[in-house]
Amino acid sequence: MPQISQILETYASQFFWLLIVFGLLYFGIGRAMLPKIEATVDARDAKIAGDLAAAEKARAEAGDLEGAWQADLTQTRAAAQAEAQKAKAKAQKDADARLAKADADISAKTADAEAAIAKARAKALSGIDAVAVDAAQAIVAKVSGAKVTPAQAAQAVKTVLANG
Amino acid sequence: MASEGGKIDPMHQFMIEPIAPLNLAGYDISFTNSSLFMLIVLGTIWLFMLGGMKRDLVPGRWQAAVEGVTGFINDMVSTSVGPEGKAYVPLVFSLFMFILVANFMGMMPFGIVPGVHAFTVTSHLTVTAVLAILSFGTVLVVGLWKHKLHFFSLFVPHGTPWWLMWLIPFIELFSFLIRPFSLALRLFVAMTAGHVLMKVLAGFVINGFNADAAWVAPVVSLPSFILMIGITMLELLVCAIQAYVFALLTSLYINDAVNLH
Repeated sequence: MPQISQILETYASQFFWLLIVFGLLYFGIGRAMLPKIEATVDARDAKIAGDLAAAEKARAEAGDLEGAWQADLTQTRAAAQAEAQKAKAKAQKDADARLAKADADISAKTADAEAAIAKARAKALSGIDAVAVDAAQAIVAKVSGAKVTPAQAAQAVKTVLANG
Repeated sequence: MASEGGKIDPMHQFMIEPIAPLNLAGYDISFTNSSLFMLIVLGTIWLFMLGGMKRDLVPGRWQAAVEGVTGFINDMVSTSVGPEGKAYVPLVFSLFMFILVANFMGMMPFGIVPGVHAFTVTSHLTVTAVLAILSFGTVLVVGLWKHKLHFFSLFVPHGTPWWLMWLIPFIELFSFLIRPFSLALRLFVAMTAGHVLMKVLAGFVINGFNADAAWVAPVVSLPSFILMIGITMLELLVCAIQAYVFALLTSLYINDAVNLH
Protein backbone atom coordinates (compact mmCIF):
# COMPACT_ATOMS: atom_id res chain seq x y z
CA MET A 1 0.00 0.00 0.00
CA PRO A 2 1.88 3.09 -1.25
CA GLN A 3 -0.05 5.33 1.15
CA ILE A 4 1.85 3.70 4.01
CA SER A 5 5.02 2.42 2.39
CA GLN A 6 5.72 5.84 0.80
CA ILE A 7 4.65 7.84 3.79
CA LEU A 8 8.14 8.76 5.00
CA GLU A 9 9.29 10.06 1.62
CA THR A 10 6.10 11.86 0.73
CA TYR A 11 4.53 13.25 3.91
CA ALA A 12 6.40 16.58 3.71
CA SER A 13 5.38 17.16 0.11
CA GLN A 14 1.79 16.13 0.80
CA PHE A 15 1.47 18.38 3.84
CA PHE A 16 3.16 21.28 2.09
CA TRP A 17 1.03 21.22 -1.03
CA LEU A 18 -2.17 20.38 0.77
CA LEU A 19 -1.73 23.29 3.16
CA ILE A 20 -1.04 25.64 0.25
CA VAL A 21 -4.02 24.37 -1.73
CA PHE A 22 -6.36 24.29 1.25
CA GLY A 23 -5.19 27.72 2.36
CA LEU A 24 -5.96 29.11 -1.09
CA LEU A 25 -9.28 27.29 -1.06
CA TYR A 26 -10.24 28.53 2.41
CA PHE A 27 -9.10 32.13 2.09
CA GLY A 28 -9.52 32.61 -1.66
CA ILE A 29 -12.84 30.85 -2.12
CA GLY A 30 -14.38 30.05 1.26
CA ARG A 31 -13.74 33.48 2.78
CA ALA A 32 -13.73 35.64 -0.36
CA MET A 33 -16.15 34.23 -2.92
CA LEU A 34 -18.58 32.37 -0.67
CA PRO A 35 -19.73 35.41 1.35
CA LYS A 36 -20.44 37.30 -1.88
CA ILE A 37 -22.58 34.46 -3.18
CA GLU A 38 -24.38 34.25 0.14
CA ALA A 39 -24.85 38.02 0.11
CA THR A 40 -26.48 37.67 -3.32
CA VAL A 41 -28.82 34.99 -2.00
CA ASP A 42 -29.62 37.06 1.10
CA ALA A 43 -30.23 40.15 -1.05
CA ARG A 44 -32.59 38.16 -3.24
CA ASP A 45 -34.44 36.75 -0.23
CA ALA A 46 -34.71 40.25 1.25
CA LYS A 47 -35.98 41.61 -2.07
CA ILE A 48 -38.60 38.86 -2.35
CA ALA A 49 -39.70 39.41 1.25
CA GLY A 50 -39.85 43.19 0.66
CA ASP A 51 -41.84 42.79 -2.54
CA LEU A 52 -44.25 40.44 -0.81
CA ALA A 53 -44.70 42.89 2.05
CA ALA A 54 -45.30 45.74 -0.41
CA ALA A 55 -47.84 43.66 -2.30
CA GLU A 56 -49.58 42.78 0.97
CA LYS A 57 -49.67 46.47 1.93
CA ALA A 58 -51.05 47.44 -1.47
CA ARG A 59 -53.70 44.76 -1.13
CA ALA A 60 -54.71 46.05 2.30
CA GLU A 61 -54.84 49.59 0.92
CA ALA A 62 -57.01 48.47 -1.97
CA GLY A 63 -59.30 46.74 0.52
CA ASP A 64 -59.56 49.90 2.62
CA LEU A 65 -60.22 51.95 -0.49
CA GLU A 66 -62.91 49.58 -1.62
CA GLY A 67 -64.54 49.69 1.82
CA ALA A 68 -64.51 53.49 1.81
CA TRP A 69 -65.93 53.57 -1.69
CA GLN A 70 -68.63 51.11 -0.68
CA ALA A 71 -69.57 53.24 2.37
CA ASP A 72 -69.60 56.35 0.24
CA LEU A 73 -71.84 54.62 -2.27
CA THR A 74 -74.25 53.50 0.44
CA GLN A 75 -74.38 56.99 1.89
CA THR A 76 -74.97 58.61 -1.48
CA ARG A 77 -77.67 56.13 -2.30
CA ALA A 78 -79.45 56.79 0.99
CA ALA A 79 -79.28 60.55 0.37
CA ALA A 80 -80.66 60.14 -3.12
CA GLN A 81 -83.47 57.97 -1.81
CA ALA A 82 -84.36 60.55 0.86
CA GLU A 83 -84.35 63.29 -1.78
CA ALA A 84 -86.60 61.26 -4.03
CA GLN A 85 -88.93 60.55 -1.11
CA LYS A 86 -89.13 64.25 -0.28
CA ALA A 87 -89.84 65.21 -3.88
CA LYS A 88 -92.48 62.55 -4.09
CA ALA A 89 -94.19 63.76 -0.88
CA LYS A 90 -94.17 67.37 -2.09
CA ALA A 91 -95.63 66.37 -5.44
CA GLN A 92 -98.34 64.43 -3.63
CA LYS A 93 -99.16 67.43 -1.44
CA ASP A 94 -99.39 69.77 -4.45
CA ALA A 95 -101.60 67.37 -6.28
CA ASP A 96 -103.89 67.01 -3.25
CA ALA A 97 -104.20 70.80 -2.88
CA ARG A 98 -104.98 71.28 -6.57
CA LEU A 99 -107.49 68.48 -6.45
CA ALA A 100 -109.24 70.02 -3.40
CA LYS A 101 -109.41 73.40 -5.11
CA ALA A 102 -110.81 71.89 -8.26
CA ASP A 103 -113.37 70.00 -6.15
CA ALA A 104 -114.43 73.23 -4.43
CA ASP A 105 -114.76 75.05 -7.79
CA ILE A 106 -116.82 72.25 -9.20
CA SER A 107 -119.04 72.16 -6.09
CA ALA A 108 -119.63 75.92 -6.29
CA LYS A 109 -120.48 75.71 -9.99
CA THR A 110 -122.83 72.81 -9.35
CA ALA A 111 -124.58 74.70 -6.54
CA ASP A 112 -125.01 77.79 -8.80
CA ALA A 113 -126.39 75.70 -11.60
CA GLU A 114 -128.78 73.91 -9.24
CA ALA A 115 -129.99 77.27 -7.85
CA ALA A 116 -130.57 78.59 -11.39
CA ILE A 117 -132.49 75.45 -12.32
CA ALA A 118 -134.67 75.73 -9.19
CA LYS A 119 -135.38 79.38 -9.94
CA ALA A 120 -136.26 78.62 -13.53
CA ARG A 121 -138.51 75.83 -12.45
CA ALA A 122 -140.37 77.97 -9.90
CA LYS A 123 -140.82 80.62 -12.52
CA ALA A 124 -142.15 78.05 -14.96
CA LEU A 125 -144.51 76.61 -12.37
CA SER A 126 -145.96 80.01 -11.51
CA GLY A 127 -146.47 80.68 -15.26
CA ILE A 128 -148.43 77.43 -15.57
CA ASP A 129 -151.07 78.62 -13.04
CA ALA A 130 -152.00 81.62 -15.16
CA VAL A 131 -152.09 79.54 -18.33
CA ALA A 132 -154.32 76.94 -16.57
CA VAL A 133 -156.75 79.63 -15.34
CA ASP A 134 -157.06 81.08 -18.86
CA ALA A 135 -157.48 77.63 -20.31
CA ALA A 136 -160.08 76.63 -17.70
CA GLN A 137 -162.11 79.86 -18.37
CA ALA A 138 -162.02 79.24 -22.10
CA ILE A 139 -162.94 75.57 -21.83
CA VAL A 140 -165.84 76.27 -19.48
CA ALA A 141 -167.16 79.02 -21.76
CA LYS A 142 -166.92 76.78 -24.83
CA VAL A 143 -168.42 73.69 -23.26
CA SER A 144 -171.20 75.13 -21.12
CA GLY A 145 -171.47 78.71 -22.28
CA ALA A 146 -171.32 79.81 -18.67
CA LYS A 147 -169.25 82.72 -17.69
CA VAL A 148 -166.64 81.98 -15.12
CA THR A 149 -164.77 84.73 -13.39
CA PRO A 150 -161.07 84.54 -13.33
CA ALA A 151 -161.15 84.23 -9.57
CA GLN A 152 -163.44 81.21 -9.74
CA ALA A 153 -161.20 79.61 -12.40
CA ALA A 154 -158.11 80.31 -10.40
CA GLN A 155 -159.77 78.75 -7.38
CA ALA A 156 -160.67 75.63 -9.31
CA VAL A 157 -157.18 75.32 -10.89
CA LYS A 158 -155.61 75.72 -7.50
CA THR A 159 -157.80 72.94 -6.10
CA VAL A 160 -156.99 70.60 -8.98
CA LEU A 161 -153.26 71.34 -8.95
CA ALA A 162 -153.14 70.87 -5.26
CA ASN A 163 -154.78 67.46 -5.62
CA GLY A 164 -152.48 66.37 -8.07
CA MET B 1 -2.14 0.96 -14.14
CA ALA B 2 1.06 -0.99 -14.39
CA SER B 3 0.87 -4.22 -16.27
CA GLU B 4 4.13 -5.99 -15.72
CA GLY B 5 4.08 -9.46 -17.14
CA GLY B 6 0.29 -9.35 -17.60
CA LYS B 7 -0.25 -8.48 -13.96
CA ILE B 8 -2.19 -5.41 -12.99
CA ASP B 9 -1.18 -4.02 -9.64
CA PRO B 10 -4.31 -2.46 -8.04
CA MET B 11 -2.06 -0.48 -5.68
CA HIS B 12 -0.07 1.26 -8.35
CA GLN B 13 -2.71 3.94 -8.74
CA PHE B 14 -1.88 5.23 -5.28
CA MET B 15 1.81 5.73 -6.05
CA ILE B 16 3.07 9.24 -5.58
CA GLU B 17 5.52 10.16 -8.32
CA PRO B 18 7.55 13.36 -8.25
CA ILE B 19 7.07 15.66 -11.22
CA ALA B 20 9.40 18.48 -10.19
CA PRO B 21 11.78 17.73 -7.30
CA LEU B 22 11.88 20.47 -4.69
CA ASN B 23 13.70 20.70 -1.40
CA LEU B 24 13.01 23.07 1.46
CA ALA B 25 15.15 23.07 4.61
CA GLY B 26 15.95 19.44 4.22
CA TYR B 27 12.36 18.42 3.59
CA ASP B 28 11.39 16.87 0.28
CA ILE B 29 8.48 18.98 -0.94
CA SER B 30 8.61 17.86 -4.56
CA PHE B 31 5.72 18.76 -6.80
CA THR B 32 4.10 15.36 -7.33
CA ASN B 33 1.14 13.93 -9.19
CA SER B 34 -0.71 14.28 -5.89
CA SER B 35 0.13 17.99 -5.72
CA LEU B 36 -0.94 18.34 -9.35
CA PHE B 37 -4.34 16.86 -8.60
CA MET B 38 -4.74 19.08 -5.56
CA LEU B 39 -4.20 22.06 -7.86
CA ILE B 40 -6.64 20.61 -10.40
CA VAL B 41 -9.20 20.23 -7.62
CA LEU B 42 -8.60 23.81 -6.51
CA GLY B 43 -8.89 25.07 -10.10
CA THR B 44 -12.11 23.13 -10.67
CA ILE B 45 -13.69 24.51 -7.51
CA TRP B 46 -12.53 28.00 -8.46
CA LEU B 47 -14.02 27.69 -11.96
CA PHE B 48 -17.26 26.35 -10.52
CA MET B 49 -17.49 29.18 -8.01
CA LEU B 50 -16.61 31.75 -10.65
CA GLY B 51 -19.83 30.84 -12.44
CA GLY B 52 -21.74 31.83 -9.32
CA MET B 53 -20.14 35.25 -9.10
CA LYS B 54 -22.38 36.92 -11.65
CA ARG B 55 -24.56 37.91 -8.72
CA ASP B 56 -27.71 38.30 -10.79
CA LEU B 57 -30.95 38.86 -8.97
CA VAL B 58 -32.51 36.18 -11.16
CA PRO B 59 -29.87 33.44 -11.26
CA GLY B 60 -28.89 31.58 -14.39
CA ARG B 61 -28.40 27.81 -14.34
CA TRP B 62 -24.79 27.91 -13.24
CA GLN B 63 -25.39 30.54 -10.60
CA ALA B 64 -28.37 28.54 -9.33
CA ALA B 65 -26.14 25.44 -9.09
CA VAL B 66 -23.46 27.31 -7.12
CA GLU B 67 -26.07 28.86 -4.87
CA GLY B 68 -27.59 25.41 -4.40
CA VAL B 69 -24.27 24.03 -3.09
CA THR B 70 -23.53 27.02 -0.86
CA GLY B 71 -27.12 26.98 0.39
CA PHE B 72 -26.82 23.27 1.14
CA ILE B 73 -23.72 23.77 3.30
CA ASN B 74 -25.23 26.88 4.87
CA ASP B 75 -28.37 24.96 5.84
CA MET B 76 -26.36 22.04 7.17
CA VAL B 77 -24.18 24.25 9.37
CA SER B 78 -27.06 26.38 10.60
CA THR B 79 -29.20 23.35 11.50
CA SER B 80 -26.25 21.71 13.30
CA VAL B 81 -24.75 24.72 15.04
CA GLY B 82 -27.47 27.37 14.95
CA PRO B 83 -27.08 31.05 14.12
CA GLU B 84 -23.54 31.13 15.52
CA GLY B 85 -22.50 28.63 12.88
CA LYS B 86 -22.31 31.31 10.18
CA ALA B 87 -18.62 31.87 10.93
CA TYR B 88 -17.79 28.22 10.23
CA VAL B 89 -19.53 27.97 6.87
CA PRO B 90 -16.34 28.81 4.92
CA LEU B 91 -14.41 26.02 6.67
CA VAL B 92 -17.11 23.38 6.25
CA PHE B 93 -17.67 24.51 2.67
CA SER B 94 -13.95 24.29 1.87
CA LEU B 95 -13.68 20.83 3.41
CA PHE B 96 -16.81 19.61 1.63
CA MET B 97 -15.86 20.98 -1.76
CA PHE B 98 -12.25 19.81 -1.55
CA ILE B 99 -13.22 16.25 -0.60
CA LEU B 100 -16.11 16.10 -3.08
CA VAL B 101 -14.15 17.36 -6.05
CA ALA B 102 -11.05 15.36 -5.12
CA ASN B 103 -13.18 12.20 -4.90
CA PHE B 104 -14.77 12.90 -8.27
CA MET B 105 -11.44 13.81 -9.87
CA GLY B 106 -10.14 10.37 -8.90
CA MET B 107 -13.12 8.84 -10.72
CA MET B 108 -12.57 10.77 -13.94
CA PRO B 109 -11.55 8.64 -16.90
CA PHE B 110 -8.31 10.52 -17.54
CA GLY B 111 -6.74 7.12 -18.25
CA ILE B 112 -8.08 7.14 -21.82
CA VAL B 113 -5.28 9.58 -22.62
CA PRO B 114 -2.11 7.44 -22.80
CA GLY B 115 0.35 8.18 -20.03
CA VAL B 116 -2.15 10.10 -17.90
CA HIS B 117 -3.40 8.56 -14.67
CA ALA B 118 -6.16 9.85 -12.46
CA PHE B 119 -5.04 10.29 -8.87
CA THR B 120 -7.36 10.33 -5.89
CA VAL B 121 -5.98 12.87 -3.45
CA THR B 122 -8.37 11.77 -0.72
CA SER B 123 -7.18 8.15 -0.88
CA HIS B 124 -4.06 9.23 0.97
CA LEU B 125 -3.82 9.00 4.72
CA THR B 126 -1.51 12.01 4.81
CA VAL B 127 -4.17 14.14 3.12
CA THR B 128 -7.19 12.89 5.05
CA ALA B 129 -5.20 13.21 8.29
CA VAL B 130 -4.47 16.87 7.61
CA LEU B 131 -8.14 17.51 6.79
CA ALA B 132 -9.25 15.70 9.94
CA ILE B 133 -6.72 17.64 12.04
CA LEU B 134 -8.02 20.89 10.55
CA SER B 135 -11.53 19.90 11.54
CA PHE B 136 -10.53 18.65 15.00
CA GLY B 137 -8.15 21.55 15.62
CA THR B 138 -10.91 24.03 14.84
CA VAL B 139 -13.13 22.33 17.41
CA LEU B 140 -10.38 22.43 20.05
CA VAL B 141 -9.37 26.03 19.40
CA VAL B 142 -12.94 27.32 19.19
CA GLY B 143 -14.05 25.35 22.24
CA LEU B 144 -11.14 26.40 24.46
CA TRP B 145 -11.18 30.01 23.26
CA LYS B 146 -14.93 30.36 23.70
CA HIS B 147 -15.49 28.47 26.95
CA LYS B 148 -11.94 28.44 28.41
CA LEU B 149 -11.60 25.57 30.90
CA HIS B 150 -15.37 25.17 31.01
CA PHE B 151 -14.94 23.41 27.65
CA PHE B 152 -13.99 20.26 29.57
CA SER B 153 -17.55 20.00 30.86
CA LEU B 154 -18.12 18.49 27.40
CA PHE B 155 -16.85 15.24 28.91
CA VAL B 156 -19.45 15.25 31.68
CA PRO B 157 -22.84 14.97 29.99
CA HIS B 158 -25.92 16.33 31.76
CA GLY B 159 -27.56 13.89 34.13
CA THR B 160 -24.53 11.69 34.71
CA PRO B 161 -25.13 9.85 38.02
CA TRP B 162 -22.44 10.65 40.61
CA TRP B 163 -21.52 6.98 40.99
CA LEU B 164 -20.58 6.87 37.26
CA MET B 165 -18.36 9.95 37.41
CA TRP B 166 -15.26 7.79 37.46
CA LEU B 167 -16.21 6.20 34.11
CA ILE B 168 -18.29 8.49 31.89
CA PRO B 169 -15.74 11.31 31.48
CA PHE B 170 -13.14 8.82 30.29
CA ILE B 171 -15.51 7.31 27.76
CA GLU B 172 -16.43 10.81 26.59
CA LEU B 173 -12.80 11.84 26.41
CA PHE B 174 -11.95 8.73 24.44
CA SER B 175 -14.81 9.26 21.99
CA PHE B 176 -13.70 12.87 21.64
CA LEU B 177 -10.09 12.00 20.98
CA ILE B 178 -10.96 9.29 18.46
CA ARG B 179 -12.78 11.78 16.25
CA PRO B 180 -9.83 12.90 14.09
CA PHE B 181 -8.84 9.30 13.53
CA SER B 182 -12.32 8.21 12.55
CA LEU B 183 -12.66 11.22 10.24
CA ALA B 184 -9.34 10.56 8.54
CA LEU B 185 -9.60 6.79 8.35
CA ARG B 186 -13.22 6.69 7.14
CA LEU B 187 -12.45 8.81 4.09
CA PHE B 188 -9.09 7.19 3.40
CA VAL B 189 -10.45 3.64 3.65
CA ALA B 190 -13.61 4.33 1.65
CA MET B 191 -11.71 5.87 -1.24
CA THR B 192 -8.87 3.34 -1.20
CA ALA B 193 -11.15 0.32 -0.99
CA GLY B 194 -13.40 1.60 -3.78
CA HIS B 195 -10.52 2.28 -6.12
CA VAL B 196 -8.84 -1.07 -5.35
CA LEU B 197 -12.11 -2.86 -6.05
CA MET B 198 -12.58 -1.06 -9.35
CA LYS B 199 -8.99 -1.70 -10.38
CA VAL B 200 -9.25 -5.40 -9.52
CA LEU B 201 -12.44 -5.73 -11.58
CA ALA B 202 -10.83 -3.79 -14.43
CA GLY B 203 -7.90 -6.22 -14.21
CA PHE B 204 -10.32 -9.13 -14.56
CA VAL B 205 -11.83 -7.56 -17.66
CA ILE B 206 -8.50 -6.82 -19.34
CA ASN B 207 -6.72 -10.03 -18.39
CA GLY B 208 -9.80 -12.02 -19.39
CA PHE B 209 -9.68 -10.60 -22.91
CA ASN B 210 -5.93 -11.17 -23.08
CA ALA B 211 -6.18 -14.77 -21.85
CA ASP B 212 -5.01 -17.61 -24.12
CA ALA B 213 -8.14 -19.66 -23.55
CA ALA B 214 -11.07 -18.27 -25.58
CA TRP B 215 -13.71 -19.13 -22.94
CA VAL B 216 -12.26 -16.81 -20.32
CA ALA B 217 -13.44 -13.60 -21.98
CA PRO B 218 -17.22 -14.27 -21.95
CA VAL B 219 -17.16 -16.13 -18.62
CA VAL B 220 -14.93 -13.78 -16.63
CA SER B 221 -14.62 -10.46 -18.46
CA LEU B 222 -18.24 -9.86 -19.36
CA PRO B 223 -19.74 -10.39 -15.85
CA SER B 224 -16.88 -8.40 -14.37
CA PHE B 225 -17.57 -5.57 -16.78
CA ILE B 226 -21.28 -5.52 -15.93
CA LEU B 227 -20.45 -5.66 -12.22
CA MET B 228 -17.97 -2.86 -12.70
CA ILE B 229 -20.63 -0.55 -14.13
CA GLY B 230 -22.64 -1.02 -10.96
CA ILE B 231 -19.60 -0.63 -8.71
CA THR B 232 -18.66 2.58 -10.52
CA MET B 233 -22.13 4.01 -9.90
CA LEU B 234 -21.84 2.98 -6.26
CA GLU B 235 -18.40 4.55 -6.05
CA LEU B 236 -19.74 7.85 -7.40
CA LEU B 237 -22.38 7.73 -4.70
CA VAL B 238 -19.73 6.98 -2.08
CA CYS B 239 -17.71 9.98 -3.30
CA ALA B 240 -20.61 12.30 -2.54
CA ILE B 241 -21.60 10.54 0.69
CA GLN B 242 -18.06 10.65 2.11
CA ALA B 243 -17.79 14.37 1.43
CA TYR B 244 -21.20 14.88 3.02
CA VAL B 245 -20.35 12.75 6.06
CA PHE B 246 -17.08 14.59 6.62
CA ALA B 247 -18.76 17.99 6.38
CA LEU B 248 -21.73 16.93 8.53
CA LEU B 249 -19.54 15.46 11.27
CA THR B 250 -17.33 18.55 11.23
CA SER B 251 -20.35 20.79 11.72
CA LEU B 252 -21.66 18.53 14.51
CA TYR B 253 -18.27 18.65 16.25
CA ILE B 254 -18.20 22.43 15.86
CA ASN B 255 -21.63 22.47 17.47
CA ASP B 256 -20.11 20.68 20.50
CA ALA B 257 -17.41 23.32 20.69
CA VAL B 258 -19.73 26.29 20.24
CA ASN B 259 -22.71 25.21 22.35
CA LEU B 260 -21.17 22.47 24.54
CA HIS B 261 -23.86 19.92 25.37
